[in-house]
Amino acid sequence: MNLEIWIPYALCGSALIGLGLYGLLVNARLLRRILAFNVIGSGIFLLFGAMARRSGAPYADPVPQAMIITGIVVAIAATALALGLIVAHARAGGGEGLPGDDAMAEVQDDEGLDGMSDGVSDDVSDERPEAQESQR
Amino acid sequence: MMASHFDIALCLLIFSVAAAALLGRQTFMAIVFFITYGLLLALAWLRLDAVDVALAEAAIGAGVTGILLLIARARLKAMDPRDAPLPHPAVRTIAALAAVSISAALGLRIWSLPPSEGLQKAVRARLSEAGTDNPVTAVLLNFRGWDTLLETLVLLAALLGAWTLSRDKDWPGRAGRAHHTLPDGVLAEFGRFLPPVALTIGVYLVWVGGHQPGGAFQGGTVLASAWIVTVMTGLLPAPRVDDASLRTALLAGPIAFVLLATAGLFADRFLYYPPEQAKALLLGLEAALAVAIATTLALLVFGAPQSREET
Repeated sequence: MNLEIWIPYALCGSALIGLGLYGLLVNARLLRRILAFNVIGSGIFLLFGAMARRSGAPYADPVPQAMIITGIVVAIAATALALGLIVAHARAGGGEGLPGDDAMAEVQDDEGLDGMSDGVSDDVSDERPEAQESQR
Repeated sequence: MMASHFDIALCLLIFSVAAAALLGRQTFMAIVFFITYGLLLALAWLRLDAVDVALAEAAIGAGVTGILLLIARARLKAMDPRDAPLPHPAVRTIAALAAVSISAALGLRIWSLPPSEGLQKAVRARLSEAGTDNPVTAVLLNFRGWDTLLETLVLLAALLGAWTLSRDKDWPGRAGRAHHTLPDGVLAEFGRFLPPVALTIGVYLVWVGGHQPGGAFQGGTVLASAWIVTVMTGLLPAPRVDDASLRTALLAGPIAFVLLATAGLFADRFLYYPPEQAKALLLGLEAALAVAIATTLALLVFGAPQSREET
């Protein structure tokens, strides 16, 4: 096969940007939008990093690498703050979506088969008090 | 270097796992796919010879982001919020068209890019003055020091933002919520076994960043994970947010960076390190930054204080 090694990764990065954009537009759940936002970000990093390998030098260009590391750290800072806001929004009674999204279509239950994760949430943290609190 | 079948298979796998993370119906499964996606991306970075990025992606992109998502999901699920609806098919079609055209435009454009030499040579030429033998660390802490200085402030700002979400009656208290585990359970055992290993690897990564792949961000994240595990398994209580030594640890890195950068003004310019002292300065800076990054990331995972005994 005579494709340069960066080409499949650059194409993959381009595809991930589109995929993330689609996820951002169609997911009404805010947490899923954070996932989509992160997929867009990592797609951009992959495209950037792959294109930095075009020169064919024996080692990778350190400047894009450093910029991508900075980007990864900024992305997690934004993700952490956004997740905090989502939890606070839900705690304040806003639910898991934004108000305007309610008008869109039929409600779908996607948590029905989710029981397998219960062990994790019970082990990791004690969630019960908050559940009661939100019903006050 | 030419692409092998492995590269193509890896790219297809990365895309499929990302699609499963975004389009799957269950949030928990989506997060698990997302963590897998981060680990596969780390593999892709290795194939692209970007070992520093691979370490950062595995530790931060997959690890810490994954645990943040799992905690947020557990809190949301406990509140049992309304389900959000799927948008109208027309909206989905338009979104798909927009997504495909953006991907296609990007994918077509990469074939017509002019050749580029990159900045390897420029970095190589000045590496002897940078105070480190790892070119990525040289760019991060020296040549593009502004990026990293502002990035440490962004991390701090995110933590302050997360803390402002605390309710007045919970402030100040211990960060996050109480964690309970069975004293003889798997998780508690894990919590005793993992931290010594993670501490060793974390300190090693910070140190080795001076001449090989590694550095304050990757090492700091591994150090943070050691602390997160001990708190989540209930072996240590979470720190109080008004604890003086905690706040010192949070601020020492950014303040040291700003002071060091300002001291450069007296020698030459902002963020200038004299080549003779650069090695010692960067090593000290890396250590201070690693402590600040580890503390900030761990506190971002713990979250704002929440009262433990609510009715």
